[in-house]
Amino acid sequence: MGRSSTVKETQALFQSLRSAYAATPNNLKIIDVFVGFAVLTAIIQVVYMAVVGSFPFNSFLSGVLSCIGTAVLAVCLRIQVNKDNKEFKDVAPERAFADFILCNLVLHLVIMNFMG
Amino acid sequence: MASPESAVNGPTMTAGAASKSLRNAFGGVIAFIILVLIGVLAFSIRLFSVIKYESVIHEFDPYFNYRVTQFLSKNGIYDFWNWFDDRTWYPLGRVIGGTVYPGLTLTAGTIWKVVNSLNIPLSVETVCVFTAPIFSAFASWAAYLLTKEVKGPGAGLTAAALLAMVPSYISRSVAGSYDNEAVAIFALVFTFYLYIKTLNTGSLFYATLNALAYFYMVCSWGGYTFIINLIPMHVLLCIVTGRYSSRLYIAYAPLVVLGTLLASLVPVVGFNAVLTSEHFASFLVFIIIHVVALAYYIKGILSPKMFKVAVTLVVSAGLAVCCAVIAILIAVVASSPTKGWSGRSLTLLDPTYASKYIPIIASVSEHQPPTWPSYFMDINVLAFLVPAGIIACFMPLTDSSSFVILYIVTSVYFSGVMVRLMLVLAPAACILSGIALSEAFNVLTRSIKNRKKEKENVEKKPTPSKTEKRLLVLPLEASVIAVLLLVLLGAFYVVFSVQVHCVWAAAEAYSAPSIVLTSHSNDGGLHVFDDFREAYSWLSHNTDVDDKVASWWDYGYQTTAMANRTVLVDNNTWNNTHIATVGTAMSSPEKQAWEIFHSLDVKYVLVVFGGVVGYPSDDINKFLWMVRIGGGVFPHIKEPDYLRDGQYRIDAQATPTMLNCLMYKLSYFRSDFIPIHKTDGKGFDRVRRTEIGKKHFKLTHFEEVFTTHHWMVRIYKLKPQRNRIRGKTKKSKSSRSVSSKRDVRGKRNPWH
Repeated sequence: MGRSSTVKETQALFQSLRSAYAATPNNLKIIDVFVGFAVLTAIIQVVYMAVVGSFPFNSFLSGVLSCIGTAVLAVCLRIQVNKDNKEFKDVAPERAFADFILCNLVLHLVIMNFMG
Repeated sequence: MASPESAVNGPTMTAGAASKSLRNAFGGVIAFIILVLIGVLAFSIRLFSVIKYESVIHEFDPYFNYRVTQFLSKNGIYDFWNWFDDRTWYPLGRVIGGTVYPGLTLTAGTIWKVVNSLNIPLSVETVCVFTAPIFSAFASWAAYLLTKEVKGPGAGLTAAALLAMVPSYISRSVAGSYDNEAVAIFALVFTFYLYIKTLNTGSLFYATLNALAYFYMVCSWGGYTFIINLIPMHVLLCIVTGRYSSRLYIAYAPLVVLGTLLASLVPVVGFNAVLTSEHFASFLVFIIIHVVALAYYIKGILSPKMFKVAVTLVVSAGLAVCCAVIAILIAVVASSPTKGWSGRSLTLLDPTYASKYIPIIASVSEHQPPTWPSYFMDINVLAFLVPAGIIACFMPLTDSSSFVILYIVTSVYFSGVMVRLMLVLAPAACILSGIALSEAFNVLTRSIKNRKKEKENVEKKPTPSKTEKRLLVLPLEASVIAVLLLVLLGAFYVVFSVQVHCVWAAAEAYSAPSIVLTSHSNDGGLHVFDDFREAYSWLSHNTDVDDKVASWWDYGYQTTAMANRTVLVDNNTWNNTHIATVGTAMSSPEKQAWEIFHSLDVKYVLVVFGGVVGYPSDDINKFLWMVRIGGGVFPHIKEPDYLRDGQYRIDAQATPTMLNCLMYKLSYFRSDFIPIHKTDGKGFDRVRRTEIGKKHFKLTHFEEVFTTHHWMVRIYKLKPQRNRIRGKTKKSKSSRSVSSKRDVRGKRNPWH
């Protein structure tokens, strides 16, 4: 009996998650899709490394870290652009996006140097 | 100070706001002037050694950095990265590009290049000598910025003034001390400032700057592992105490990713940035903060009942997965013998590790634990202002003040392990003392202001006076003013005593370049001992360019930099076996030592001897370390053989092994010491304060080629192999009569 109630609770949980998430505005959803894409790329690279071997290690490291870095920066952008965040209501979304671009520039400059 | 808001309430308000903005602007100008003066103070208090001696590079390590900077300025950056140095660690050589922290040399090289392109003809040596004072001024300004973020500009100015003067920092950044710490402390404080700024504002721009400042720190000093472990510790502390916010995520997550990448860019760190245990803490907290961020996000979009369901589900399912992952991780880490930590980091965590396993790390004098007096010598008054500052940080406790508390606690622990790390304690102590002094002033001036106000108004709202009520418990109103005056006087006394102490410490204790020594003679005159440079210049003028010189590793950097000769071992101490070989040679009898040195192509042996003038840091005092290190690799060298009843002696009671070893013979050869003392041939050693055990012996395999003016450095040459082996020949007697004090021009005498 406990098991079916847990299953029902789980289903109710996923339903509420889905409905709550559907209420988020579109620009945030785009950022979320981008984050998911970056993480997926990172996972693909790790699987590839596990199959093929880790030489040259610096290329693998730069590839994985660039994906994770882009994901992290996109999450930061999402935090700053989200209108529900009280702490960031005086930060214009253009400013947040400009910071995001700058950080990405630095990140990818380093990646290109390190990839070898 | 907050920018004045434009008033829209009416003319009276405008006048008040205008005067407030005028006062703010005035305060800003005064703060700027004070900062400039602090910079000038920080620069000039470090110039004592240049005034007292000359503009010369001090100690041992700075000579290596100076040599590398010379190479960089002469050959350019590409040759610098690809440089393989064959003049040290003969016959192994050393890959300079891959084993040096390039921050300091690149900074000085850039300054030299920029200054010369502006047609200001500064030499490389001048730039190197004055880099440290300039960057200490920058470090004071960085401390001002950091403390301003934590408590406010008043505390910032106090902290900056204290950091400019604190003796511990002066000791490692005098003019001439061209070492990594000169630049690294500035990078450390600046990185912390940018981290706190990002934490306070949540701006990704400052997060980028933070990562770049961390990159500069990684380039400069091996102590960067302190940053990459302290910041994750602080993030964890914030999460555990319930202070998680999205600003924390923005401050930490980009730093980890960018910081790891930038750290791997530096060749000396390379893949260690992801493979060694020193960095694992940052990755672990990276994962933890993502989990916490996700949890907070889900909590934000779900109803509380649903959230509880989610929690139970995740906890039950996730716990099993978590345990499996952690078990795998522990197995991987535990499979390596040092658990992935480097030797030096293990010494920090377990102070007894080095003395058991790596005698070289234990033998460095900077790695010894400090004594209590060194705390009072180095941070003086700040030692009892720090606890007051810690309390002031708790009222109120913000993210930034919790960071400062964590910083002081960890740096106090590490400074207790190694005296060299007192340097990391210095900025923390200055910040906290600045906070304490500034809070004290705040409280007392506020009490005076409210005393005056209370004389006019009878009763105000109860809530503001609640905080003041605690102050009003102070005796009578007049005595509050007296207390304030007392505190002012006390502050001046503190400043003056700190001033006097700091200036004295800078002038007397920490300015010695240690390559030139002075002493005061009986009639008050100054006697200068310039023996080291005398010996190095003799070497550079009287030996072939390719001759190899063997000495203890202390003098390696100076020999390559000043004498320009190839050495066997130097201060980098990266190869323990090679150093142990030299140590074994110094501890063996003459014939075995000759064989060891001959197999390494050594031509000259250099020994430092202080017995004639009383110089205590000579090789005989370091000799037991040579025995221990040599014995660690070659088991036939046993330390008890050199000790009589557990005591180290060189007089008549010394053991035969001691009296026959190479170090003893090379130090005490021609033990009459007549020119300096009138001891008529008794052979009295001024440092050990006894007569030596074996006098008037002959050297069979070495010949003395040079001894400096005060007998402090003695250079010997290996005698070439004899042509005829059987029987004693008259050749050995004639060769001894040829050698005198300033002899042999380095060319082979065909009659030997």
